[in-house]
Amino acid sequence: MMTRQRIPLLVELPLLVWLVLVWGALWQDFSPGNLLFGALIAFAVANLLYLPPVELGGRFNLLYAVGFAGRFLYQLVLASVQVFWLALTRGPHLKNAVVAVRLRSPSDLLVTATGHALSLIPGSLVVEVDRSTSTLYLHCLNVVTSEDAENVRRNVRRTEEWLIRAMGSREDLARLGMPAPHHLDGRGHQ
Amino acid sequence: MDAALDLLAGVLLLGGALMSLAAAVGLLRFPDLLSRMHAATKPQVLGLLLFLLAIAVQQRTWAVIPVLVLCWVFQLLTAPVSAHMVGRAGYRTKHLRKDLLSMDELDEVVEHAANRRRKEADRASNE
Repeated sequence: MMTRQRIPLLVELPLLVWLVLVWGALWQDFSPGNLLFGALIAFAVANLLYLPPVELGGRFNLLYAVGFAGRFLYQLVLASVQVFWLALTRGPHLKNAVVAVRLRSPSDLLVTATGHALSLIPGSLVVEVDRSTSTLYLHCLNVVTSEDAENVRRNVRRTEEWLIRAMGSREDLARLGMPAPHHLDGRGHQ
Repeated sequence: MDAALDLLAGVLLLGGALMSLAAAVGLLRFPDLLSRMHAATKPQVLGLLLFLLAIAVQQRTWAVIPVLVLCWVFQLLTAPVSAHMVGRAGYRTKHLRKDLLSMDELDEVVEHAANRRRKEADRASNE
């Protein structure tokens, strides 16, 4: 028998609410009876198919979340057009790079969210993650000079900053004020 | 009003189709696995969004919106995972052309780790 820690209902609540919403959306029926039945199933699923709880930062700022979504959509459109343009004009003569970016937050959730957002935007792809140092290794299209790479790093840090302001913990927020760690000192940490 | 909404839906569908075309052109034109990954997986994030918006505009009922949102959310959650897994496997099995990279900071780290391991092995065999 697998040993498991008991998860308090309050920690599990966001997951349950999400599952109930998915249930309602799939049935296209948000009537109370259907939602109640969905809640029962959500509770059963969350307890029978046990996964470690996602550790949330404990705060959520709607304003920054909306700002992040807007920035994400803008970058998505811009980068989609850029990649299309690169395919048409540059094609086989493309120069790429694998760039290491050290993130500030040690939180699994934030590193995952940052990597996810970056992978969704055309032109950057996470090929490797170093969890111990929160370092993302990104494959980026059309990065030729070290200045391009620096732009990539700045953009990644800004994405992380938006996410931290939206849902990072207080410690992560405090880290934002500190100077950024050097991008490759991950090598000293083995 | 209906004509305007139909036109909007048409424009959105064309935009989505254009993203599929971008993916196809990228697949043909880009030189190696990792750069093709960009073309194959990414334009569809926007492409699917445009298609779903077109459906929403065409259907004009609120009941369909949650399903469409859910559809996009699941794509947002899953697309990067598969792209990451393929990209990571491609990098590890050396399915990339080094001559196309202007820099590779992961290679430096891998090299460093490999050297360290070699030194440790040497030391172990000397003792």
